[in-house]
Amino acid sequence: MLHLLSLKALRERLQKREVSSVELTKHFIDRIARFSDLNAFISVDEEGALAGAENADKRLNKKESGNLTGIPIAHKDIFCTKRLRTTCGSKMLSGFTAPYDATVVERLANAGCVTIGKTNMDEFAMGSSNETSFFGNVKNPWHTSRVPGGSSGGSAASVAARLIPAATGTDTGGSIRQPAAFCGLTGLKPSYGRVSRYGMIAFASSLDQGGPLTRSAEDSAIMFNAMGGFDPKDSTSIERPVPSVNELLDLDLRGLRLGLPTEFFDSSVDTAVLGSVREALQILEKRGAQLVDVSLPNSAAGIPCYYVIAPAEASSNLSRFDGVRFGHRSEQADSLLDLYECSRAEGFGEEVKRRILIGTYVLSAGYYDAYYLKAQKIRRVISDDFKKAFEKCDVIVGPTTPSTAFKIGEKTQDPVSMYLNDIFTNTVNLAGLPSLSLPVGLDGAGLPIGMQLIGRFMDETSLIGTAHQFQLETDWHERCPEDFS
Amino acid sequence: MPISENDVTRVARLARLRVTEAEIPQYQAGLDGILDLVAQLHESVTDDIEPMAHPQDISLRLREDQVTEDDERDLFQECAPAVESGLYLVPRVIE
Amino acid sequence: MEWECVIGLEVHVQLKTKSKIFSGASTTFGADANTQACGVDIGLPGVLPVMNREAVMMAARFGIAIGGTINEISVFARKNYFYPDLPKGYQISQFEIPVVEGGQLEIQTANGPRTIRITRAHLEEDAGKSLHEDFHGLTGIDLNRAGTPLLEVVSEPDLRSPEEAVAYLKKLHTLVRTLKICDGNMQEGSFRCDANVSVRPKGEAQLGTRAELKNINSFRFVERAIYFEIDRQIGVIEDGGSVVQETRLYDPDKDLTRSMRGKEEAHDYRYFPDPDLPPLMITKKELDAIRSAMPELPDTKLTRLVSSYELSNDDAALLAADSDLAKFFEDAVRTANGESRLIANWILGDLSSALNRESLSISESPVSPEMLGQLINRIKDNTISGKIAKQVFGDLWQGKGQVDDIIQNQGLTQITDTDAISKAVDDVITAFPSQVNQVRAGEEKVIGFLVGQVMKATSGKANPQAVNNLIKSKLSS
Repeated sequence: MLHLLSLKALRERLQKREVSSVELTKHFIDRIARFSDLNAFISVDEEGALAGAENADKRLNKKESGNLTGIPIAHKDIFCTKRLRTTCGSKMLSGFTAPYDATVVERLANAGCVTIGKTNMDEFAMGSSNETSFFGNVKNPWHTSRVPGGSSGGSAASVAARLIPAATGTDTGGSIRQPAAFCGLTGLKPSYGRVSRYGMIAFASSLDQGGPLTRSAEDSAIMFNAMGGFDPKDSTSIERPVPSVNELLDLDLRGLRLGLPTEFFDSSVDTAVLGSVREALQILEKRGAQLVDVSLPNSAAGIPCYYVIAPAEASSNLSRFDGVRFGHRSEQADSLLDLYECSRAEGFGEEVKRRILIGTYVLSAGYYDAYYLKAQKIRRVISDDFKKAFEKCDVIVGPTTPSTAFKIGEKTQDPVSMYLNDIFTNTVNLAGLPSLSLPVGLDGAGLPIGMQLIGRFMDETSLIGTAHQFQLETDWHERCPEDFS
Repeated sequence: MPISENDVTRVARLARLRVTEAEIPQYQAGLDGILDLVAQLHESVTDDIEPMAHPQDISLRLREDQVTEDDERDLFQECAPAVESGLYLVPRVIE
Repeated sequence: MEWECVIGLEVHVQLKTKSKIFSGASTTFGADANTQACGVDIGLPGVLPVMNREAVMMAARFGIAIGGTINEISVFARKNYFYPDLPKGYQISQFEIPVVEGGQLEIQTANGPRTIRITRAHLEEDAGKSLHEDFHGLTGIDLNRAGTPLLEVVSEPDLRSPEEAVAYLKKLHTLVRTLKICDGNMQEGSFRCDANVSVRPKGEAQLGTRAELKNINSFRFVERAIYFEIDRQIGVIEDGGSVVQETRLYDPDKDLTRSMRGKEEAHDYRYFPDPDLPPLMITKKELDAIRSAMPELPDTKLTRLVSSYELSNDDAALLAADSDLAKFFEDAVRTANGESRLIANWILGDLSSALNRESLSISESPVSPEMLGQLINRIKDNTISGKIAKQVFGDLWQGKGQVDDIIQNQGLTQITDTDAISKAVDDVITAFPSQVNQVRAGEEKVIGFLVGQVMKATSGKANPQAVNNLIKSKLSS
C-alpha cells in the first residue's frame, strides 16, 4: 500500500532502501493508468520518470540524496517543463513544449523529486471546477459525478485518489484551496512573492502564486520548503529564505489567537460546512488556541474587485498568444488581422475569451476609472481590513468554500454562480496573504469539507503549524475516497 | 443591458478575438452578467484611497548590466509555427 | 493670412547598455536575426522581466542634465496593442509617473536663444523589426532589437520653425552623447524622432489639430518633413478643409508625408501598472552619486572654451558639441602649451576632414592630441613651416612615426642658412624677369608668385616670411 504513505514515510523507506524509487514510480504510473477515468493527467512521462527514478536510486545508494530524492510528484500543467509539453489546459498550447523549466520545476527536481506528469486544469487557470479544460473535465474521486474544484483540479484529484503523493498547483483566487477543500486535501497558497512565478504561465500576475497540494500539513511543509525562496528571475520574489520544515511544523497553539470573521460565518454557508468548521475550532481551542471575533467588513466587495482586476491583467497576459512565435496558428490567416483574430478565437475556450473580453472592457478608454481604478482602491480597502483584523488575532479562520463539491455541469451555464465559489478565498489573493485549506469533515453525501486559515504576510508558519497540530489530533486528512485506498 | 452589441464588437477587436455575428448575443449576455456582479464596486466610497497595484510593499529590484543569455534561436524556434532564415513569418504587414 | 507652426518632438534615445532593459540578452547591433532575442524578449509563456540598473542610472543622469525632477518613485505600465514586432502584445513603458519630469534645453535661433521645455522622459523597451523583403508575400519578424532600452524624451510644443526643431534635436543629440548614454547613431536608429506638427493663424492662442510625423531619421529629413507638413496643413485649411489628427509617415525619396491609415484604427492602449514590476525607486543617495559623477555639460563647456581659450563662439560650439573632440583639443593645447586658436583650426580643418574622409570618430584618430600638440610646437619654434606641417600631418595620419622622427628622417627642417636662401632668391629673380618687373612697377601681389617659386626650389624648407623679406629687399635696392 505504498500509495497510502505520506511523503515523510516514503522518504524513510527510500532512504532505508526498503523500496526503490523505480518501484515507487512504477506503482504510481500504474495507478494513474488504472484510474485514467478521473482524467486527472494531461501528460504522463513514463520514460522520463523511470530514468529519473533510476538516477534517484543511484544517489540514494550513495547516500547523496536530498530531502525528496526518489519521490514521484506531478506538476499542474501551468508550470513550464522542457521534457513535457505545457498546455495550460488550452488548445492554444496543446502542441507547446517550453524551451525551459519553471523555477518551481527546477527546485523540486533539485530536491530529488521524480516528475511523473502534468495534471489537468481549467484553461489558463480560469475556472473553479476544472470544466473549462480543453482536455475535458476531471472527476472528483470522492464522488465521480462531482467536480474536483479548480483550477488545480487535476492536481487535487490525483493526490486525493492517491495517484501521486503530492502535486503542485497555483492559486489566483482560490485555485489551490478550493480544490483542496473539495478533495479533502491540505492546500497551501503561500504569501505573494514566496514561490517564484518564473515559468508559471501567468493568469493574473499580481494575484498568482504557486503552492503544494498534499495530504497533510507535514507534507505541505516539506513541499513548500523545497519549492519556495528567493528567485532573481522574478521581480516580485521576496528576498527571504523559506523556514525549515521543522520551523514550519513546530507551533505551540497555546495563546494563538484565531480570528473568526463574522462575514465568513453567515447563512449563505452550508450548515454541514459550518458545523465541521466549528467542531474543528473547538479542537484547536482545547489545545490552547483562543477564539476571537474579528470583522472583514468589505469582504463582500472581494468578488467584484477580483473579477475586475484578474480579467484585466489576464487580458494583457494572454496577448502574447497570437499564433506568431508559439502556440496555435489558424489555417485561415490571409491577413495579419485574420492571423490574430482567428488563431485566438480558435485557440481559446469560451471562459477564457469571456474573461479576456471583460478585462479588455474594464481597461478600455472611458471605463478604466470606473472599473479598474475603482477596483484597485477597493483592493486597498480589503487589504487594510486584513491588517486591522490581524491587530486582534494571529490567524483568521473560516470555511474555505460555502458548500462542498457541486455536480459536474451544475454551474457551467451560469459563469457568475461559478465565480461566487471564490467568495472566501479571493480576498486573500487581493491582499497577497498566505492561506491554507485543510480537511475538517465530511458532509452528509460523504464529501470533504475544508477549513481555511489565513495568516499575516510571510507567516506561513502559523498556518502550517496550526494545521499540523490539528492533524495530530484528528484523522480527516488520512481519509481516502473509498475506491482508491 | 448596459453592454451593447457595439461594445462586444469593439472590445473583441481590441482583444483580437474573432466573434461571429451569431456569437455576439452569447458574449453580450456573459459580459452583462459579470458587469452586473461587479456593479457593487460603485457602492463603496473610495475617495482619498490610494489604488493598490501590487500586494507587496517593495520597490523594484535592479539587476547588473551584464549579458547572461546565449543565442538559443534554434531551440526557441522549434515551437514556432512559421519561420524562415531565422525570422518569424506573418502575413504581409502593410505600412 | 500669416501662419505660425507649432512643433513638439518625441525623441527615442536608445540607451547604450550592454544588455536589454528587462533581460540579459545582448544589445549589439547587426547580429543575425533573432539570435539576440532571449525568452523574455520573444515573450515566451511564463517568463518575467527584471530591470537593468544601468538603464535607470542613465535616465537619471539625463534628468539631472536637463534640470528635471527625478521621481523618487516611478511606475512601469503596460501599453497594450497588437503588432508583430511587439511580442508580448504590450510594450512595457512608463505612463502616469515617468522617471523624469520637467527640465529644459536652450537653443540658439535666428532671434537669439530660446528655452525649450521638456515635458518628461520615460524608460521603455524598444520593439523588434518587421522585414518586408519578400518571403513569398509574407513579412519576417526579427526581435533582436526588442527589449533594447529606450529613453523617450518628450518636449513641450515650444518649437516654432523647422530650423528650431533641428537646433533642439542637435542640442539633445550632443547632450546624450556627452552623457555617454547613447551612441547617437541615427542610421542604426539609436536616436529617432517623431514630430507633432500643427499650424495656426499668427497670434491665435489655441493650438491647431496636429499630425504626428514618424520615421524621420536624420536632421535633414526632420527639417524637410516638417516643411512639407506645414505647407500641406496650410494648404488644407486655405482650401476650406480641416486637418485630421493622424499619424503620417515621411517618405524621404519623394520628400512628402503620407497618412498611415490602417495602423491608426481604434487606438486604445489600455495602460495599466505592470504587475510584474514593483515601483522603481531612486534614492537620494543614488542621485547624489550620479550628480557627483556628472560630466561637464555642453553649455558649460562652450562657455569655458570661449573664455579660457579665446576661441570664437562658432569654433567653441563645434568642439563642445562632441565631448571627445573637446577633450582632444584640450589635450593638444596642453602639449603645445597654448596656441589654442591654431590647434582649433587644425582640429576643425585638417583633422576633421581626414576623419570624415575615412568615417572615423575622434577616438579612432591615428593622430593623437600629443602628436598634434608636438606638431604645433615645431611650427612655433620655426623648425618647420605651416606648409611642411601639413605634410608631416599626412605622415602622422599614415602612422609613419612621431613628429620629430618624421621631420628628421625626411630632412624637412627649415633652411635657416641665409646664403642658401639668398642663392635660391637670386636664381628666381634671374629666371622670372617679367614678374620681377611687375613687382618693381608696384604690383605687390606678384611677390607671392616669386616666394612660391623659391619655396618650390627649396622643397618648401625655406621660411616663407624670410624669403618674402629677402625678395623685397633685393628688388628695392
